[in-house]
Amino acid sequence: MTEGIAPALRPFEAIGRRTLEIVEALGRFGAFFGVAVALAFTPPFRLRAFVSRIHYIGFNSLLIILLTGTFTGMVLGLQIYFTLSRFGSEAYLGPAVALSIIRELGPVLSALMVTGRAGSALTAEIGIMRITEQIDALTVMALNPMRYLVVPSLLAGLVTFPMMTALFDTVGIFGGYLVGVQLLGLSEGTYFGEMKTFVDMSDIMTGFWKSLSFGVIVTWVATYKGFHVGHGAEGVARATTQSVVLASVLILVWDYFMGSVLP
Amino acid sequence: MIRVEGLTKSFGGNRVLRGVDLEVPKGSITIIIGRSGGGKSVLLKHLIGLLRPDSGRIFIDDVDITRLTGRTLEPVRSRYGVVFQSGALFDSLTCYDNVAFPLREKSRLSAKEIGVRVDAALEQVELTGVGPKYPAEISGGMRKRVAIARALVSEPEIVFFDEPTTGLDPILVNTIHRLIQTLHRKFHFTAVMVSHEIPEIFEIADRVAMLYEGRIVETGPPHAIQSSTNPVVQKFITGEPDEKPSF
Repeated sequence: MTEGIAPALRPFEAIGRRTLEIVEALGRFGAFFGVAVALAFTPPFRLRAFVSRIHYIGFNSLLIILLTGTFTGMVLGLQIYFTLSRFGSEAYLGPAVALSIIRELGPVLSALMVTGRAGSALTAEIGIMRITEQIDALTVMALNPMRYLVVPSLLAGLVTFPMMTALFDTVGIFGGYLVGVQLLGLSEGTYFGEMKTFVDMSDIMTGFWKSLSFGVIVTWVATYKGFHVGHGAEGVARATTQSVVLASVLILVWDYFMGSVLP
Repeated sequence: MIRVEGLTKSFGGNRVLRGVDLEVPKGSITIIIGRSGGGKSVLLKHLIGLLRPDSGRIFIDDVDITRLTGRTLEPVRSRYGVVFQSGALFDSLTCYDNVAFPLREKSRLSAKEIGVRVDAALEQVELTGVGPKYPAEISGGMRKRVAIARALVSEPEIVFFDEPTTGLDPILVNTIHRLIQTLHRKFHFTAVMVSHEIPEIFEIADRVAMLYEGRIVETGPPHAIQSSTNPVVQKFITGEPDEKPSF
């Protein structure tokens, strides 16, 4: 390949080749999503697989969401209380905790938690199906494996992520209440009353749109990496790691983008 | 009938198939033999439509399947049954559900009719009673037999077997071969099998094709292959090692 190229130009040739590979990979990644979306709107619809994926991604992540949500709220309650107390503004603890969780931490942390638990498992499951020829078996039965494995996961992500986020928000605010009211002595009326004043529907919708888009990102990345796994157990392990890292990075990048666009 | 003409396939710079020509008569058991890593499974994946060749054509009853993609390939695939090397059973489903899967997805049979067909298929492979078990709970030989039951339950015209006896002990190898022979006599499907179980395959094959260095170097009935004067064929069937080991 490099034989006919002058030595001085070889670094550029390598950069060009790498660029082409990246563009090609991005194209495959986008086309994969396009096909999945098209299949989502064409029958037959796999209702049972969809419900099963909701259980797999959502229900099985409940405990970790409850735990991380509660402790995130408690930490926020503690830190924000001490910060506000320096200015004599402890009364604003409720809205500060609620806004931080509803607008930002709820969607982001619940998405990261579900990525670690369900996204990695999804990649590993589909990857193992790939290397053990189960996906080939679906194909030769004249059944589209994307319809069976990818579409139900994407749709389940759309449904479960906002629900997980709502749950995270609720227990997070309760965690802040535990520390602020029960431990540090702020009045209950102040904690919740000020929250009602400062938190409005646009804040809740910001969190909702973020969680919805994170649901797509995580399941898209997880299923894509599972589908395009390398060889053997090492290939599955690598794909699973890449899936978690890529999904986590995309969540944070997309969060910034959404945060700067949404009101 | 299956006809392969001038099939070539490379992966990176590695030329795996270098012009394969092969004919598989309708209703026969044709077994493709050759060294491990010699491209047998790659050839089979082309026949199934899982890989696309760099050049060459594959005809299934005069339909060139190398020109078909996606949905246009589905009617051809509906005529296939495939037994994969690993069995490729869905490990989230029980053995019963694995066998029932193609019928539930592709036929309009009622649950009762599917039940009758699945029970019959499991009985044919002598696995009555294993239906409720998951693939992980049964032995390798049993998994292969469930895979055969799943491949045959929709009564395909053509069945592909990718090394169906790999990793089994000699008794199980013969059991699986006899099972394939019995089922073939009963259902009259065209069978294409990739194997290197020498000499066991000569018992069940109607035709044997030897793949060597990306080409079919000899084809014929088992006795003709066994008495072939081609040194490559003789070396393979007698198991004569390389002068310099390839490992």
